[in-house]
Amino acid sequence: MTALEPTPAAPVLPDPGADAPPSAARPSRLRHLAAVLVPPLLVLAVVVVAWYVVSLVVLDEREAFLLPPPHELWTDAFADPEIRADILDALWVTTQTALIGLAISVAIGLVLAVAMARAKWVERSLYPYAVFLQCVPILAIVPLIGFWFGYEMFARVLVCVIISLFPLIINPLQGLLGADRGLHDLFTLSHASTWTRLVKLQLPAALPDIFVGLQIAAGLSVVGATVGDLFFGRGAIGLGLLIQRYSSRLQSAELLATVLVACLLGLVVFWFFGALGRQVVGRWSTAWGAS
Amino acid sequence: MPATTATTVDETKAPYLLDFRGVGRRFGGTEALAPCDLTVRRGEMVSLIGPSGCGKSTLLRLSSRLDQPSSGEIDFRTDSVGYVFQDATLMPWRSVRRNVALLAELAGTSRAATTEAVDAALATVGLTDFADHLPRQLSGGMKMRASLARSLVLRPEVFLFDEPFGALDEITRGRLNLVLMDLFLEHRFAGLFVTHSVEEAVFLSTRVLVMSARPGRIVEEIEVPFAFPRSLDLRYTPAFAELAGRVAKALEAAS
Repeated sequence: MTALEPTPAAPVLPDPGADAPPSAARPSRLRHLAAVLVPPLLVLAVVVVAWYVVSLVVLDEREAFLLPPPHELWTDAFADPEIRADILDALWVTTQTALIGLAISVAIGLVLAVAMARAKWVERSLYPYAVFLQCVPILAIVPLIGFWFGYEMFARVLVCVIISLFPLIINPLQGLLGADRGLHDLFTLSHASTWTRLVKLQLPAALPDIFVGLQIAAGLSVVGATVGDLFFGRGAIGLGLLIQRYSSRLQSAELLATVLVACLLGLVVFWFFGALGRQVVGRWSTAWGAS
Repeated sequence: MPATTATTVDETKAPYLLDFRGVGRRFGGTEALAPCDLTVRRGEMVSLIGPSGCGKSTLLRLSSRLDQPSSGEIDFRTDSVGYVFQDATLMPWRSVRRNVALLAELAGTSRAATTEAVDAALATVGLTDFADHLPRQLSGGMKMRASLARSLVLRPEVFLFDEPFGALDEITRGRLNLVLMDLFLEHRFAGLFVTHSVEEAVFLSTRVLVMSARPGRIVEEIEVPFAFPRSLDLRYTPAFAELAGRVAKALEAAS
């Protein structure tokens, strides 16, 4: 028997001869890409057409400012150097806030998840508050946070953490507790320390869930960064404040352009952690694409 | 008792590795295992067969010290215990080689010694060519081979099997029975083998214990006198059929 090539990309069953020739992979890959991209692009085309119809046909001239046609997002906003600079600066502020908030959430979430997985009493004590955190109407407490902590970076990051922490506790916890019981027994039989058990068994087993949590929290952190900024209405100008400003000046093309950028930021971080997850655990985790 | 002494692998007076003295286990109000006596010696392969819920798995967990008896005591003469579960319980993120190395790694065996033992174990179960595959790339039988190899690396003196081949098809099960018998003949461990299959119990063991349920107790002990090594064809001989019939009847009476 010849050794099969251990290519992680190809889910090879141990049957020599069942290997597909590698040349067959390319066209099917293109087809796969097309299958993934074409449907959402079609939807986008429909949306853009509908948008044109509404802004050019449905709305009469006096109402046209409510929904400028899509190309004006380019001509009035992105192509205008001043507006573009404003948007990019705001994007940078919001991105910083979101990433710092996310990093803090990851650290707090993982520590809490490990502590809760370690000791039932910690889980019992903290779980209700984790749920509570999830239920906090963020808009209601944003003014309070500004009142207590001011309107600068710290307060905005805090909003970000509050909104993105929950999935970073719950998903890792679920993963840590989900490690195979038989494997736990083997670690017990080997007199393994709790640290060894955590590092060699529970954390690797939790990785797929940790990445799910990261992906959800990444999107939420952008929401948090934007919302905090918008409601504080003071301090360094992020996307939220910019949206506020354009909205009060009825600059609808600029407003829509900024909203679009905020959406794209959320998409990019979501996509980034998805890609990272596939990279790290996609080789073996069925939840992340392993077949 | 019929004359069976000369036919086991080792002399029947080999030192015992496990001795249960009136060992019972209750969980809350339920008696899972009624007090029982059981001695397992080096070179013995003892099968436990019985209806579901008869305490077979409890008995294995007690034998490995994963669980403690509620009454009686167990005399352990060794710390070296291997445990193979019904599921292969491999780490999906580790290659076959690194899965097989797990127990040696946890025991703090040196890298060189581990590599050597892992290679030997992989060769024994016939997985050398698949050492760098991930578990998901293997069939059920191959996963079970990897699981066997993992326990084999530390050369356990007591080997516990909790229905390891229960989920496999007939052909694969037969093949793995032969692999297991080779291991048994080579390493002369003391084996405790839980199974639902009368045929497998008789084929592999030197002794079959039939258990009854609620509370679990050992109701019959049947010596298996066939000489080792045994071939799969043994299963189609009249002597085998007769013995299997005795076990099956005892099992039916116990259920």
